[in-house]
Amino acid sequence: MAKAKKPKLAVWKFASCDGCQLALLSCEDELLAVAERIDIAYFLEASRATAKGPYDISLVEGSITTPEDAKRIQKIRRDSRYLVTIGACATAGGIQSLRNFKDVAEFISVVYAEPHYIETLDTSTPIEDHVYVDFELRGCPINKIQLLEVIGALLAGRKPNIPTHSVCAECKQNATPCVMVAHGTPCLGPVTQTGCGAICPAYNRGCYGCFGPMEKPNTSSLSDWWHRQLGVEKDDLVRAFRSFNAYAREFRRESEDHER
Amino acid sequence: MSGKKSSATGKRTRSRKRSAAGDRPKTRGKSRRIKVDALARVEGEGAMYVRIHGGKVKDVKLKIYEPPRFFEAFLRDRRFTEAPDITARICGICPIAYQMSACHAMEMACGVKIQGPLRDLRRLIYCAEWIESHVLHLYMLHLPDFLGYESAVHMAKDYPDEVNRALRMKKLGNEILEVVVGRATHPVNVRVGGFHRVPTRRELQPLLENLKTGIDDALETVHLTGSLEFPDYERDYEFVSVRHDDEYPFNEGRVKSNKDVDIDVTEFLDYFIEEQVAHSTSLHSRIDGERVYLVGPMARYNLNRDKLTPRSREAAKEAGLGPVCNNPFKSIIVRAVEILYSYEEAIRIIENYERPDRSAVDVVPALGPGVGHGCTEAPRGSLYHRYKIDDDGLILDARIVPPTSQNQAVIESDLYHFVERNLSLPDDKLQWRCEQAIRNYDPCISCSTHFLTLNIERS
Repeated sequence: MAKAKKPKLAVWKFASCDGCQLALLSCEDELLAVAERIDIAYFLEASRATAKGPYDISLVEGSITTPEDAKRIQKIRRDSRYLVTIGACATAGGIQSLRNFKDVAEFISVVYAEPHYIETLDTSTPIEDHVYVDFELRGCPINKIQLLEVIGALLAGRKPNIPTHSVCAECKQNATPCVMVAHGTPCLGPVTQTGCGAICPAYNRGCYGCFGPMEKPNTSSLSDWWHRQLGVEKDDLVRAFRSFNAYAREFRRESEDHER
Repeated sequence: MSGKKSSATGKRTRSRKRSAAGDRPKTRGKSRRIKVDALARVEGEGAMYVRIHGGKVKDVKLKIYEPPRFFEAFLRDRRFTEAPDITARICGICPIAYQMSACHAMEMACGVKIQGPLRDLRRLIYCAEWIESHVLHLYMLHLPDFLGYESAVHMAKDYPDEVNRALRMKKLGNEILEVVVGRATHPVNVRVGGFHRVPTRRELQPLLENLKTGIDDALETVHLTGSLEFPDYERDYEFVSVRHDDEYPFNEGRVKSNKDVDIDVTEFLDYFIEEQVAHSTSLHSRIDGERVYLVGPMARYNLNRDKLTPRSREAAKEAGLGPVCNNPFKSIIVRAVEILYSYEEAIRIIENYERPDRSAVDVVPALGPGVGHGCTEAPRGSLYHRYKIDDDGLILDARIVPPTSQNQAVIESDLYHFVERNLSLPDDKLQWRCEQAIRNYDPCISCSTHFLTLNIERS
């Protein structure tokens, strides 16, 4: 064949809500152009046609929560040149990692009448705890523009240009007044990685940390401010750090610091 | 701990042994097994398994192996105000539905009812989610079955206009959500009591223009679905949907069926009983624990056709839909009609919108434990939430009944009947048709776990 082979892309799902892989289908203006340059070789949500590996890029959504999945990710790693995790479930264990702080057997009994039918691990863990990950794309959900940047960069052989600073910088860029300073609204923006577009403060609410910890966050200082200046009690500090990125190291430590 | 399977109302039970085929004498003949280990073009992970022996269907299973995430367990001890954002994460395709059911339940628990422009804005974002989700399913997940393609991307070469129309429509649904609630997946601007910030008329204006010029896309979509060929397949279903006196249902109304169900939302768990089966991490739901029923666009249309706009009703008629639709393959027409309705309703809401002074009403937990119920119409069917909260506003107990776990039993019974009538088809054709029969329900497996791969086995 005269034409160069198109790079192969695969999309994999683990424990998740499907929202991050949906980002690919939400690239309404770019989808067909992407499909011209890339062979979407395995993407079950979009196509029943599947091609065998190896794949140039694997996008992995979701966290590891079952013994089966812990095995499956190993094979996906072997079949992939680049493995990119997408979204808070894959990069931090997701909201379902709240089980990591509790007793899973009790959790199962709350939801299921016959717990012994259910096979699950005690923890929900990020993909990086199991295999080498080439790039982690944050967000609950991810930002589709950032997703296109990561795919483009990897195919061009350069590092993806994804900023790791806080949401605060983006609020300043957008000229959004600080909700904490102006309205006394508790905001996780100072410790949370940007990428969402700083939308929460733009809608008059505090950031709730869906992109996870920024690079080197000063979480204890923020907690102190929340507590002293805004009157946020310990239980609510624990809840604030313990949501969609609860098991991300910096947020996990901070929430544990305030537990009793 | 309280609030377990047998809490105040409603209970989860173990399945009685129930074989779709029943006991039949062994017949001689070849065994066939049709299986799909990982179903495509559905949201989430599932498998299908059909076993045929001696020209009879012996077993049908819709296996859901999506790992459980235990939302109902970890919602306990969270603040009642957190439920909309947390439950949104159950489903990346229909987060608005989760946020709406959660908000309405919490507001009921606190004795608050949202009226006026805030109520209208909630209908507007639901219109946007129906547009975005229905267009995704109709064009990208379901239509390729009718036209014989593996995916919408494969279809794009021969049907560029259709695929581009789909992308344009989906984008419009997403844009409405981006303007009103910040983003399409896991919106940030919904809260118990209303919104964090309400849009200005000026902000909605460009959307209005796009809806008005885009309504031809919606009409074209109805015409397109009406021109498709459908398998001759009808059954006597029990349809369940929310019904409201004055409007096509989104957020409020009684829960009704075409048989004898006519209940208040608060009675939901007394009638619809979930049970657990061994082959699925999704719970099955049945009326009185016995009767299989169907939720979603077909149920809504059949119970609420009179509440459609005249134009939507007319378009439905032209596309070949009678007053009642009993062919699940034709659900694709109903989705198109609901998309058209959503365009019209969104236009109506924006045209009449007056920005309220306050973006939300105060919602304060009542003294003593409060119980609230919410049942709203997710794109794929009724979504029920119930919460019990204490007077500090902490969640004591949560129950969530998603549409796909309600449809799981009807999907299995459809497969059983469909395969039995189409045994002469070769395995690959039969398998594809079975997959299509599953996609009729736009199953959302991520949602239902607490749902698909297809296996057909012939012997």
